[in-house]
Amino acid sequence: MRKFLYILTFTFLFSLLFTGAALAQSNTPPTDDEVNVVAHKLYCPVCESTPLDVCPTDACRDWREQIRSMLAEGKSETEILTYFEEQYGARVLAEPPKHGFYWLIYLLPPAIILAGAIILFRSMKEWTTAKVQAPKSNEAPPAKDDYLARMEEEIKKQK
Amino acid sequence: MYSEFGYGILLLSFFVAIYSVVAAVYGATNKSLALIESARRSMLLMFPLISLSAATLIYLLVNDHYEVSFVYEVTSRSMPTYLKVTAWWGGQAGSLVFWSWLLAAFASAVTIRKWDRDIEFLPWVVVVCSVTLAFFIGLVVFYENPFTRFWSVGGAVEPHMFAPANATLFTAQDGRGLNPLLRHPGMVIHPPMLYLGFVSFVIPYAFAMAALITGRTDDRWIRLTRRWSLWAWLFLSMGLVLGGRWAYDVLGWGGYWGWDPVEIASFMPWLTGTAFLHSVMIQEKRGLLKHWNMILVILTYDLVIFGTFLTRSGVLSSVHAFANSPIGPLFMVFVTTSLVVSIGLVIWRWPQLHSETEMKSMLSREALFLLNNLLFMSILVVCFWGVIFPLVSELFTGQKVTVGPPFYERATAPLFSALLFLMAVAPLSAWGHSTFETLGRAMWKSAAAASVVTAALFFTYTKSIGALIGFFLIALILFVTFQEFWRGARARQKAQDENFFTALFRLMGRNRRRYGGYIIHISMALMAIGILGIEIFQSETQGLLKQGESLNISGYDVKYRELASWDSKGEGVNYTRATLDIYQNGIYIGELNPRIDYYFDSQQNMTIPGNRSTLRDDLYVLLVDWQPVSSDGATFKIFVNPLVNWLWIGSLLFLVGVIFAAWPDKDPVEERTRASRQVSQPSSAD
Repeated sequence: MRKFLYILTFTFLFSLLFTGAALAQSNTPPTDDEVNVVAHKLYCPVCESTPLDVCPTDACRDWREQIRSMLAEGKSETEILTYFEEQYGARVLAEPPKHGFYWLIYLLPPAIILAGAIILFRSMKEWTTAKVQAPKSNEAPPAKDDYLARMEEEIKKQK
Repeated sequence: MYSEFGYGILLLSFFVAIYSVVAAVYGATNKSLALIESARRSMLLMFPLISLSAATLIYLLVNDHYEVSFVYEVTSRSMPTYLKVTAWWGGQAGSLVFWSWLLAAFASAVTIRKWDRDIEFLPWVVVVCSVTLAFFIGLVVFYENPFTRFWSVGGAVEPHMFAPANATLFTAQDGRGLNPLLRHPGMVIHPPMLYLGFVSFVIPYAFAMAALITGRTDDRWIRLTRRWSLWAWLFLSMGLVLGGRWAYDVLGWGGYWGWDPVEIASFMPWLTGTAFLHSVMIQEKRGLLKHWNMILVILTYDLVIFGTFLTRSGVLSSVHAFANSPIGPLFMVFVTTSLVVSIGLVIWRWPQLHSETEMKSMLSREALFLLNNLLFMSILVVCFWGVIFPLVSELFTGQKVTVGPPFYERATAPLFSALLFLMAVAPLSAWGHSTFETLGRAMWKSAAAASVVTAALFFTYTKSIGALIGFFLIALILFVTFQEFWRGARARQKAQDENFFTALFRLMGRNRRRYGGYIIHISMALMAIGILGIEIFQSETQGLLKQGESLNISGYDVKYRELASWDSKGEGVNYTRATLDIYQNGIYIGELNPRIDYYFDSQQNMTIPGNRSTLRDDLYVLLVDWQPVSSDGATFKIFVNPLVNWLWIGSLLFLVGVIFAAWPDKDPVEERTRASRQVSQPSSAD
């Protein structure tokens, strides 16, 4: 599933690069959709939690126009994202860049989840094996036939 | 005059809360019934007191008392009366009063119940509720006072509660008005629902603490609060769903959930609350996991407070904003203290919370429930870390970062899928013991049916592997759950000689919790269809259209007919509304009217989509921009959101399921189950 997503992302990015290059050659202005694909991955520092592609403020409109002209110049998506990150800091990216300190966001949750899973499975193993080693004498002997079992059920129900 | 009255009453209720804490603690430790009763009564007094103060605030809001700073900030003359009332929770100070008012209502409801056998819990429940209340009212009284007024002092206008020397009262002509985003009907109900959910989780926590303090650590506290927890969960869930619906209708970005920190803040207690609802069943049926349930209810309570803190302290915009407002540090201290004290109590009572039986099999129902808990906690870890990481980053590197949807979607998608899988398997596993063989035998028919559905979807609808896995899991849940209904009803039909529907009806009536739970599972599967649809199949396009031109997307043609713009003086709004003709595969199917509303008082825009909603997909059109002079060109953004309606249908069914499970009645089957386990006494309350 994840692998598939990676492949999908790569194909997507690759096709973007390709369209970027094609645009540069053909000189047609980038469409709104092409701008929005890039803008969707950016957040302006003022409008928190609103991705740039849908943000209605004037400032964000200007940013989108900037992306449009950069696309028209033949810049790739990665180049544009890097440009915005360098200009305004890492916070304009939809998620922290994968370098240095920021790795913590990606590594800590899986580590904690893994630790949790190991602890859980170990304790479950302990609980279940403890039961196997325990003497079986206190468990009810298996019912001899169906009738007995049904009787017991009935008695239980009437309690 | 009104301001002083409202404030005075609030101040009084603060002292009553403090008194109630002291009296309850002293009464409990010295076994003074009179003092405990006095504490209980003062607890009961809180509700009318806060109501009176809230009524005063509403009076000021409705009657345009713009000398009061809160009224000035959240209302304006052009707002209709009902919005002036709901503006009560539209601002910081008011919403804290609202929180306190709801908590007082719940605390009163719980204190007037019959206590008979549980009288030893009473003082400590009162203590927990009153401490929480005192904290919130304290915040209002000392830091976020909604009754503060404007005073003109030597030419400058300053907000003060009481008149400074040589000051005259300053009354603004009109208020700034409520944020237009909050004027939507969804926003009128969404916060109360969310707050109800938040507040009602205080009650199970209060009982848990009472159980720890008194040492009565059997599952009595769980039985007493089971329905409270369910209602709390219902409110919280509906709050989340309504928030999503509101976002879909007014935020204008084509989605319902943006993994915004504020959303996550209310989602986190939902996660622990849902884990709690599942794991208490293990304690009730098998006497296991007593420590864990305590920890879950403590986490839920603290996440509720933490969530309120996140949204109310300004910490999200910057660590430094947090330090500037006194509310932030106070919340922090409160959350930490309550966490330390509660966990301390659990450690103190650790030996008494031992398990009554053992876990027998890794595939038993209880083991699968534990896995479910692990998954919920994992999602919590992702959410928690995602929300606080920008703050951590700012603290350590000085750089703020955004943790947006891509992070959460990638991290939680496998966890949610695993939850769906468990939802399909767990109902088939038995308490105590299950093997792969028994599970396989119970499941193969549903799995085969789900495979057929998936294959059919592969050939007719989608080739996306992620989507197909999702659809398979959803189909599996639906088949397994329907099979459970079928099996139960058939068994009863044979045993009681009833017709099928009577049998089904009675079976469900006798096992409300179980079948309510199944209804909830079905609703979750339906909601998952909607989520899958929008997450995987959403398509969008944007373009500038001249009149008569059209945009094409997913078989729809959206043709721009005209644009109109007008002022509505009475409402203080300028409307700009486009009319679009919609064709599907060349056939005219109707018109849509996306618009932008401009609110003069708050100088804010609101983007209202034009939405055509069917079970198959939503055509969701936004007016992005238009040329002001000629009005013959306008930019539209169009989303096609497949299957999203199932999310809302699922939510309605969810409501039915929870109400079905939580509806108060006597449950003979459950009584028997209780009697067969060694509980100290059978219960009739709750």
